[in-house]
Amino acid sequence: MTSLPILSILIFLPLIGVLFLLTVKGDQTYENKICGIVAILTSIITLFISVFIWKKFNYSISSFQFVETKNWIKNFAQYKVGIDGISLAFVLLTTFITPICILATINSVKVRLKEFFICLLLMETFMLGVFCSLDLFLFYVFFEAGLIPMYLIIGIWGGQRRVYSAFKFFLYTLLGSIFMLISIIVIFYDAGTLDVEKLYNLEINKSYQIYLWLGFFSSFAVKTPMWPFHTWLPDAHVEAPTSGSVILAAILLKMAGYGFIRFSLGLFPVASVYFAPLVFVLSIVAIIYTSLVALMQEDMKKLIAYSSVAHMGFVTIGIFVFNKQGIEGSIFQMISHGIVSAALFLCVGVVYDRLHTREISNYGGLVNIMPKYAICFMVFILGSLGLPGTSGFIGEILVLIGSFKFNYLVTFFAATGVVLSACYSLWLYKRVVFGEIKNEKLKTMDDLNFKELLILLPLFFLTIFLGFYPNIILDMIGSSVDHVVNNKSLLNNLKASLK
Amino acid sequence: MIVLEYLYPELILIIGFLTCILIGVFQKNSFDLISKIIILIFFSCLLIFYINPKQEIVVLNNTYSIDHFSVFLKSLILISSIFVLIFTKEYIQRCQINFFEYPILLLSSVIGMFVMISSNDLIGLYLGIELQSLSLYVLASSDKNSIKSTEAGVKYFILGALSSGLFLYGCSLIYGFSGHTNYFLINENINNGNLGVLFGFVFILIGLAFKISSAPFHMWAPDVYEGSPTSVTAFFSLAPKVAGLGALIKILFIAFGNIINEWKLILTIISILSMFIGALAAIGQTNIKRLMAYSSIGHIGYALIGLVTGVSSGLSATLIYISIYVVMNIAVFSCVFFFKRGNVYFENISDLSGLSKNHPILALCFTLILFSLAGIPPLAGFFAKFYIFKSAIETNLYLLAILGLVSSVIAAFYYLRIIKIMYFDNEVDKFDDSYNLGLKISLLLSTFIISFYFIKPDFIINFSNLVVKIFN
Repeated sequence: MTSLPILSILIFLPLIGVLFLLTVKGDQTYENKICGIVAILTSIITLFISVFIWKKFNYSISSFQFVETKNWIKNFAQYKVGIDGISLAFVLLTTFITPICILATINSVKVRLKEFFICLLLMETFMLGVFCSLDLFLFYVFFEAGLIPMYLIIGIWGGQRRVYSAFKFFLYTLLGSIFMLISIIVIFYDAGTLDVEKLYNLEINKSYQIYLWLGFFSSFAVKTPMWPFHTWLPDAHVEAPTSGSVILAAILLKMAGYGFIRFSLGLFPVASVYFAPLVFVLSIVAIIYTSLVALMQEDMKKLIAYSSVAHMGFVTIGIFVFNKQGIEGSIFQMISHGIVSAALFLCVGVVYDRLHTREISNYGGLVNIMPKYAICFMVFILGSLGLPGTSGFIGEILVLIGSFKFNYLVTFFAATGVVLSACYSLWLYKRVVFGEIKNEKLKTMDDLNFKELLILLPLFFLTIFLGFYPNIILDMIGSSVDHVVNNKSLLNNLKASLK
Repeated sequence: MIVLEYLYPELILIIGFLTCILIGVFQKNSFDLISKIIILIFFSCLLIFYINPKQEIVVLNNTYSIDHFSVFLKSLILISSIFVLIFTKEYIQRCQINFFEYPILLLSSVIGMFVMISSNDLIGLYLGIELQSLSLYVLASSDKNSIKSTEAGVKYFILGALSSGLFLYGCSLIYGFSGHTNYFLINENINNGNLGVLFGFVFILIGLAFKISSAPFHMWAPDVYEGSPTSVTAFFSLAPKVAGLGALIKILFIAFGNIINEWKLILTIISILSMFIGALAAIGQTNIKRLMAYSSIGHIGYALIGLVTGVSSGLSATLIYISIYVVMNIAVFSCVFFFKRGNVYFENISDLSGLSKNHPILALCFTLILFSLAGIPPLAGFFAKFYIFKSAIETNLYLLAILGLVSSVIAAFYYLRIIKIMYFDNEVDKFDDSYNLGLKISLLLSTFIISFYFIKPDFIINFSNLVVKIFN
């Protein structure tokens, strides 16, 4: 392997951008301009580095690549990063979404732009750290550190009830995570190491596993979010500024799904099999209940937020069916949801910037005045409901196939979600885009400008591209998923439980 | 003469103390001069700790021990005293409490703390406590023109005297049942089931718990913190805590190491109560000094968890915790001294409204400090809590760990509230620009340590592991 610590460079590069941003001083317009340039450059260089890593990445190896190890806390944790196919997919998602967020910020945020960029770049570092760390304690530090910038993003640039939402987001997630910290320390005393690679080969004491699994679950379930721990999400989404919602929906939620695959399945196979029915029930409730709730929403962002909960329900089902299709499907669903929901929030942001309302009833007939917008929005809505030919379809169908192998009852209930998601998505689209223009103010609105097209088009193409050529992701994650699924202990327990 | 060699720091402090009194008597308006001399004395003590070959020795007829443990805590006390003297100078002059007695009293309380930490004997400990407390009573009421400050001094004195009385009563019981006042001899002469020893121990514990303001003996702290001049409050929250904890550790682990199972439960209750009272009561506070009082009650609760574990890794976690706590409190109070408008110092949290727009750097530092106090990674406060919980889980104290973490989430609420006021609320008038270099340096230095502690978290633990060796 190369001697260059390429992953560390990737993770900490945004911090260098932050350092530059801190030194920028001058009058307001000048400062905003320079800050924008620095932030975009940083995020694009990060994107290039991640693409470079992708090029160097060897698909046929199922173990971790680009591993770097350094001493950190003596006799406890070490600084260890490395990626496999699953991590790589999320790393690429992160580095791809961040520049888009920064562009969207330049468009819509007017005050304290510099601080916003600092928060976004800090978020990028922490998110990349989460996806790359191979040490449980390091993972926890990155996982939790993300709260600080997100709290500030919601609180400073958010809407009317931003304070309430920011507090709820912060305290809810913190409360969930402390049990994970306890579990991590217990694992250390049980296994003597926190190195994920080593832990995969060690069997963690079976009598503990159930409690440890619950510790991790409490953190991931809040972050995913699974029903009934999802109540922070609609609040946070509605109040956060557009790019905050994008980060939240596209990447932050995926940390939990990633955590389930990497840690819950990998470290606690016995408990994972034991708790699979619980996860199924919660996920099915999430899919049906939040879809129904989404139907009734008046606020566009809230509707998309609830649909996120429903989509994440598919993800958790896919993970806990323990077969290749299911897990590949859920990873694909996460990537696809990362792209599509980000795009939907951006679409809402576009009209919000013009009319400063998110009430669905204030809109209608946009197709007459904003045709380009209508096309973009349509593709993303179709992607969200999982029409064949868009990325959403691949994820959902794989999860359904995987769950059918496991238990067709789960598939049946999950499939109702497909219908329901079509209901609320299409209805939203109909109410916003079609019909006659009732609101006079709408007539003054311009179609997408160049910057907004620049933001939406990459997402637009990616949604369709992934729908037609899913192998680009599936090849990447294939051998790593095999590795997860072929875990001996997992298989044995699965057989035992099926008998 | 072999004994004196080890006592140089104490001797320097005492000689300096006497010299300063003389200077104060003969020279008018000598506050500046004396505080400079005293800072110099503290620095020279630190230097001696640094260059002296670190030896472990018990001197003065087995009553006074010099070891890594005492040197560690004494250094912490010296560092916090130096910072308090440096960054409060402007405040003291502004509030017109710049009497020459002020730094001298601070010095004498430091001497008392040194004796508390090093003493191996109940009598020595008592003398140390009294020397420290009497100086602090006077310091608390040093703002003679303020009713609140006088009230704080009187309140502190009455309650402090009560606790000292309880402590002495406990000492006499211990003496009665074991026949000794020396820690080592007490340890040899008490046995498990003796009710009298247990009673005496509880009284001693109450006396010390009062000094470190742990619940349910914390009632004095909010009033005294609020009433005293802020410079004194800053000192209260730093040095006496370190000294009290040091004395407590020595008593628990040396004198009463045999009855560890008896005191574990008491300490557990004290620790849980402190954490929750600290977290819950702070939510409603509007005065930042009162809030810091409750916050420090909570932090002491976490530090006590390390003692409850009864193992050396727990002790080392407590020492790390208290060191990081000292850094964080230095940072908080250096921020508080910036909140000044038209030469009036502001103490209400609502005065910070919109601070981030007027003073972005100050607000950023304060935010980092508050997140660190709340224990959010990757800041130093998280690592402090982490070592504590690690040691708790190592000794299977799961309940205590979970309760501690839950209370830390509750506590996060009120720290977040301050950040909310600074960042989310509309701005009010600007604070004065400060040109005080000492204040700026102490703020930036402590914030730097807090923010970048994660790069090398080992550096204290190596040291604290060395320090706690004497208890094995």
